[in-house]
Amino acid sequence: MTRNTKPLSLRVPEPSGRPGDAPDFSHLKLDAAGSVDRPPVDARPVQMLDLAFRLIRVLDDEGNAIGPWNPRLDAETLKKGGKTSFYMKCTGEEAIAVAQGMILSREDMGFPTYRQQGLLIARGYPLVDMMNQIYSNAADPIKGRQLPIMYSAKDFGFFTISGNLGTQVPQAVGWAMASAYKGDDKIAITWIGDGATAEGDFHNALTFASVYRAPVILNIVNNQWAISSFQGIAGGLETTFASKAIGYGLPALRVDGNDFLAVWAATQWAEERARSNQGATVIELFTYRGAPHSTSDDPSRYRPGDEHEKWPLGDPVARLKQHLIALGEWSDEAQAEAEAEAVAQVRAAGKESEAIGTLGQSRPSVKTMFEEVYATEDWRLVEQRREVGV
Amino acid sequence: MTEKTFTDADRHDGIAPDMADQTEAPASVASEAAAVAPMNMIQALNSALHVKMAEDPNVLSFGEDAGYFGGVFRVTDQLQQKHGLTRSFDTPISECGLVAAAIGMGAYGLRPVVEIQFADYIYPAYDQIVSEAAKMRYRSGGQFTSPIVVRSPYGGGIFGGQTHSQSPEALFTHIAGLKVVIPSNPYDAKGLLTAAIEDDDPVIFFEPKRLYNGPFDGWHQKPVSPWKTQDLAQVPTGKYVEPIGKARIMREGNDVTILCYGTMVWVSLAGAEHAGVDAEVIDLRSLVPLDIETIEASVKKTGRCVIVHEAPKTSGYGGELSALVQERCFYHLEAPVTRVCGWDTPYPHAFEWEYFPGPERVATALKAVMTGGSR
Ligand SMILES: Cc1ncc(C[n+]2csc(CCOP(=O)(O)OP(=O)(O)O)c2C)c(N)n1
Ligand SMILES: [Mg+2]
Repeated sequence: MTRNTKPLSLRVPEPSGRPGDAPDFSHLKLDAAGSVDRPPVDARPVQMLDLAFRLIRVLDDEGNAIGPWNPRLDAETLKKGGKTSFYMKCTGEEAIAVAQGMILSREDMGFPTYRQQGLLIARGYPLVDMMNQIYSNAADPIKGRQLPIMYSAKDFGFFTISGNLGTQVPQAVGWAMASAYKGDDKIAITWIGDGATAEGDFHNALTFASVYRAPVILNIVNNQWAISSFQGIAGGLETTFASKAIGYGLPALRVDGNDFLAVWAATQWAEERARSNQGATVIELFTYRGAPHSTSDDPSRYRPGDEHEKWPLGDPVARLKQHLIALGEWSDEAQAEAEAEAVAQVRAAGKESEAIGTLGQSRPSVKTMFEEVYATEDWRLVEQRREVGV
Repeated sequence: MTEKTFTDADRHDGIAPDMADQTEAPASVASEAAAVAPMNMIQALNSALHVKMAEDPNVLSFGEDAGYFGGVFRVTDQLQQKHGLTRSFDTPISECGLVAAAIGMGAYGLRPVVEIQFADYIYPAYDQIVSEAAKMRYRSGGQFTSPIVVRSPYGGGIFGGQTHSQSPEALFTHIAGLKVVIPSNPYDAKGLLTAAIEDDDPVIFFEPKRLYNGPFDGWHQKPVSPWKTQDLAQVPTGKYVEPIGKARIMREGNDVTILCYGTMVWVSLAGAEHAGVDAEVIDLRSLVPLDIETIEASVKKTGRCVIVHEAPKTSGYGGELSALVQERCFYHLEAPVTRVCGWDTPYPHAFEWEYFPGPERVATALKAVMTGGSR
């Protein structure tokens, strides 16, 4: 047996900056746009290990699309992406759900977290229904049963959001397995935050996806923070999140999540792979959580105040705009017009929803509290409903 | 010390209200054993942790956002700053992992106190708690033990929807080898948490989050009176222990015994007042072990028993209490033992006050048992 030369000591990771410190991103290794190779869609995972540690980027600093991952999107598609991305509250992460929501169809099922509302917006889900859900009012599609933003929209390929982190990822794998079992052509796509990858469910998902070669796209949205915990608490100092895939024998792509075109291209690669029965892909989307975790959070208590402004990969909306302008397809005026139009749409939807009522002013009938616990109520629920007098 | 009640703005996922302005005096100095300060429940729990960590280097505190930030409810505030990074730290978001790590540390000889951010997120850790912590002493013939505390904010009344409102105590009282403690006021919170940390067995310690800032009695339209107006918020700043397994009689009475715990203690007191019934209100404080003598003596005196809890009725802890009361007090009973509980539905968002058992429902049950019927 070997004796210690020094006593053991416990390591606890700490972020590069706390409130009062200057933001420090010097530890980030950012590949230049266009510099990462694009393997063929049928590459074996072991042939593309390095992609788990690189960063796929398409847009350069001038807004030009370059390199093998350039998806060569036409201007109309790009404008749609640009336009739909103004409404979201997932500040800084808009490119992800919008691009991915546009690539996959409504027949494919998305298993989101609470930060993929862009999926609904990109697919034309009525804004007023989103607001009705937020207000738990009488027109709330899910009958006042869930916290705000925990949407569910089956017809739009949007699975019911769970408040319990990570649970959706292995469920997406199961959904994809069902499509394969049925001989259908639908695929599944799911998202999880950097923090939540620590949950066992994430690892269960990778095992099942690999074993059954499930047609699913497994996204990790690495926005650097999980409430007050930096990504190092989830293991991000030791390796990349994308590299988790390697041990399970799955292909991994690591992508600039603020680069609409890179997100698009990587997703398309994974989509093709899934649709051609070659199984799952793990995609790490490297981004930054610009907003507080939720409306009751105050990030200035745990991270440097101006970290978001200093984020070296910029803002996804601004970068897409720059690209469109570089293509000669867009202008500041067009942008301002589109933004004004978006704001007007949101305002109108807000008015419409508030006319129905905000939380407590309007709500579904109390009777619905006892419904859909089961397909049919048993005597307990019947009696309890009567006790409430409804 | 300004008190604050929960507002609609506080109900969103993952982050609790900002209570920093209330925790300026963590009262962590063990040497001032005689001193007493008014504390809310957060401050009292925080004080217990500070005192025990100062006293015993084997006490650690960790959980999601529970290190640098001090927990989303601020219960672990300043532990890291005061006692060091390796004694109070953030963990990966894995309830299973953090409880399992605590079990391993406990087996080594440490006394970890872990925070599950909301009781609704305890389920990934259920296997480790039930199959491992609970059975470790027994299956190893006493060689290994699990002297851990699993703390968690618990219960409803904050418009938290199904993932910030549940009361899962019965899932733990059913498991041999676990202790289950639920305080209802700052004084008990500190004394019981201290006892839990010193306990050689695993303790599930549920903190009724609706009580953190005041003794909420279920009259949700009225402002909550601040803790500082209550005797039970006068908390010694130094160390003291409240024994686990002793109930507290919150109100003496002759007509009916109310068995309750957590937020429902204050709701039951309000319900008895509303009904104008001379109820004896017993705060169980600890469900396992249970203070059966106090319960038995009270029900034999009053001849009636109403049980109140927030958790759904079916297979809730009220079922166990009801069975015990009828087994031991059958010939003294003058009315059926009656339960007032959460409905057998998931916790809804829009119907907080139709779901949450309030003083009206308690009063109705009290009046019913006073006239001999159960409803
Ligand atoms: C099982 C479970 N544990 C804890 C929580 C509380 N919680 C909600 S969000 C969150 C942080 C998640 O961070 P991350 O996965 O990085 O996602 P992000 O919020 O950054 O998008 C935590 C700890 C939860 N909802 N579910
Ligand atoms: Mg995150």
